[in-house]
Amino acid sequence: MFTWLAMATWSPYIVGAGIGVLVWVAFLVSDRPLGASTAYAKTAGMVESALSRKKAAAMPYYRKFTPTVDWQWMIVVGIVIGAFLSAWISGTFSVFIVPPLFAGAFSADPLLRIVVALIGGVLMGIGARWAGGCTSGHGISGTLQLSVASWVAVVCFFAGGIFVAGLMFGFPFFSGV
Amino acid sequence: MAFDTIRSNKSAQIVLGLLIGIAFGFLLQKGGVTEYAVIIGQLLLTDFTVVKVMLAAILVGMVGIYAMKAAGLVRLHSKGGSVGATVIGGLIFGAGFAVLGYCPGTAAGAIGSGALDAVVGVLGIVIGAGIFARLFPYLDRVILNRGAFPADTIPELLGVRPALVVGIVAVLIVGVLAMLAMLGL
Repeated sequence: MFTWLAMATWSPYIVGAGIGVLVWVAFLVSDRPLGASTAYAKTAGMVESALSRKKAAAMPYYRKFTPTVDWQWMIVVGIVIGAFLSAWISGTFSVFIVPPLFAGAFSADPLLRIVVALIGGVLMGIGARWAGGCTSGHGISGTLQLSVASWVAVVCFFAGGIFVAGLMFGFPFFSGV
Repeated sequence: MAFDTIRSNKSAQIVLGLLIGIAFGFLLQKGGVTEYAVIIGQLLLTDFTVVKVMLAAILVGMVGIYAMKAAGLVRLHSKGGSVGATVIGGLIFGAGFAVLGYCPGTAAGAIGSGALDAVVGVLGIVIGAGIFARLFPYLDRVILNRGAFPADTIPELLGVRPALVVGIVAVLIVGVLAMLAMLGL
């Protein structure tokens, strides 16, 4: 059992099946789909609340997604802990700022990666809330419920992602074949 | 419905959210999808780990959820959408996906594996969500409700029994996964 837990990677099919079972559990015991991006909207609401409680309470979006620590917020806290446990048990935990692929393609300068990551994060935060979900909420939980919006969303996630990644790195798949 | 007591217990739900999150993060990290190179590799169509994980999750999740729904154990949480919200938001998300190299769930997982650029990414996602919340009243008036989809779920859209769609989608997913394996991707 421990050797299995200590393996650096598992088969993507096993991992996917495990996530599928996790969605069953979430539906059964919590009556909720598994998603991550709502927690970020709640966190933004907590910041707005700390700046001005009255103003935040008057914002329509935070009436839909109340800025409170709840099930959805704890999911994201849990992800950090769970990923740390996995990396630590398998001895792959390592602290870095610039991923090697990014350093090789652009620059090993941490400042560039920080600026790029911030811009990417802002775009993603806007897009996730605009579309009403992310790769978890739409991409897995929504598609498996056969939601029309979620299948459209996941196609757009990948269409936008493949296009912009191609602009940044070149299109190796198309030039390589 | 079963599980009503635990579903309405607020503090139990906080603990359950944490536990489900821990299991989710553990699986994401073991799957390798918390890695920048794996996500970018998927978007460059050179590494299909992300698609394999997602399709396997959809296959197992879909069969189980629809079976439990038929047994009266769970209800669906399918959200409606529109061209203005889902397509435009999805494309903006996709651009962010490529620029950041993590998504909202896997960025949290990347932090757990030691990626400090993911901390910046998470900060950016919170800022982005905050910007959207500020723009929401305006966007809701002018764009988010444009071109609303005619139905919430594919079975409703096609007017057929859910079991039929579940069967067809399951066969398609197995087919795509088999094709990826045959191509050595």
